Amino acid sequence: MSEKKKDELLNDHNHDGVDRRGFLKCMAWAGTGAFCVMKGGVLNSYSLSRISEISTPDMMGELSFVQISDSHMGFNKPANPDVAGTLKAAVDKINGLSAAPEFMLHTGDISHLSKPEEFDTVDQILKSATPKDVFYVPGEHDVLNDDGKQFLERYGKGSKGAGWYSFEKKGVHFLGLVNVMNLKAGGLGTLGHDQLEWLEDDVKHLKHSTPIVVFAHIPLWSVYPEWGWGTDDSAQALAYLKKFGSVTVLNGHIHQTMQKVEGNVTFHTAASTAFPQPAPGKADSPGPMKVPAEQLKSVLGITDVNYIQGKHALAVVDSSLA
Amino acid sequence: MRRTVFIAGLAAALVLGTLGFGAGQKSHVANAQEKMSTMEVKIDNFSFGPVTLTVPVGTTVTWVNRDDIPHTVVSTDDSKTFKSKVLDTDEKFSFTFSKAGTYPYFCSIHPKMTGKVIVQ
Repeated sequence: MSEKKKDELLNDHNHDGVDRRGFLKCMAWAGTGAFCVMKGGVLNSYSLSRISEISTPDMMGELSFVQISDSHMGFNKPANPDVAGTLKAAVDKINGLSAAPEFMLHTGDISHLSKPEEFDTVDQILKSATPKDVFYVPGEHDVLNDDGKQFLERYGKGSKGAGWYSFEKKGVHFLGLVNVMNLKAGGLGTLGHDQLEWLEDDVKHLKHSTPIVVFAHIPLWSVYPEWGWGTDDSAQALAYLKKFGSVTVLNGHIHQTMQKVEGNVTFHTAASTAFPQPAPGKADSPGPMKVPAEQLKSVLGITDVNYIQGKHALAVVDSSLA
Repeated sequence: MRRTVFIAGLAAALVLGTLGFGAGQKSHVANAQEKMSTMEVKIDNFSFGPVTLTVPVGTTVTWVNRDDIPHTVVSTDDSKTFKSKVLDTDEKFSFTFSKAGTYPYFCSIHPKMTGKVIVQ
């Protein structure tokens, strides 16, 4: 399900020795479980089966984290009657990574109906993951009925507004954004004026060489507006990040992996741990897609991200649960 | 003979009246028939069906979610006339329209889903 490379760059605009054509070629493998490691500005790719050969701290980079998304705890229809089971399988996958990730990002739709027991179940399952720190942003399924109050109580400590925040790890600046509040009829995801003002201010004094990671639920690029797969004011957010040499955008919501590179920005969406959705336009609507039971785990997955300090683009690798 | 024909004619009119030409139609045998006071909007495949529903004042509209994903029904007019809680599969939301007007609404979880109730 990887996107056609419409925006493939052929020039090394930044003269930083980063082989972007090679990076894109590598990203196209990502859906099948390839592993790209950036070392000294050069991309090397390995199949996941060789992961034990390259798991020295040197090759694995200095920062490693995992993104999971769309666990939809509480969903119980035919597309997946056991979302707790597949989330547990995702945790097993994470625990099996040879370079233990330092922390996890959950890009939203933690719960299916914003019920307390659904959030509790996810918390319980994630307790058995090796990385103990989890950073959350809400999906539209997490802020039902109460304008996101419960989400903020559970996961929003230290955040602003509807739950946006930033933090730094090993020199990489992370921005957790919320684009699922105050959705307008006929519209897409939205960040809103207050959050955009905060974002501009938050990154104002960072050095241009600081790698940036933005994570939010709904894609921050126009994947398929007809299905609401986009954010109406993301261009403004990206304008504030234009000065940075490396920006990685991690999203969820569409329940399939997709990637796009545009200048210094790499956009990436993760698979769900609950159920897949159809590729843009390939069905009447973006609802849960049923696949034969034995194939389910192959269309669900996690995303492993590695960064070597001092280098540019992060290595983003998807792997399915089976 | 005439009386039989008259009764048969009245019966036919009653039958035709109750078959219902549509909720907005005023029937000539309104006294004899039951007024259609409930209309249903089916939610399925990320859409409201029918997208535009025209009803007479006093009608109760019931939205039924037949999709395998939850949805909401939230009016977008200035006074925010109605707002359902989250409807999971097979759950319902009803609202009685006591004032004429046009009531656009959407699903607040999937804002691309929009619909309209016209009350006459």
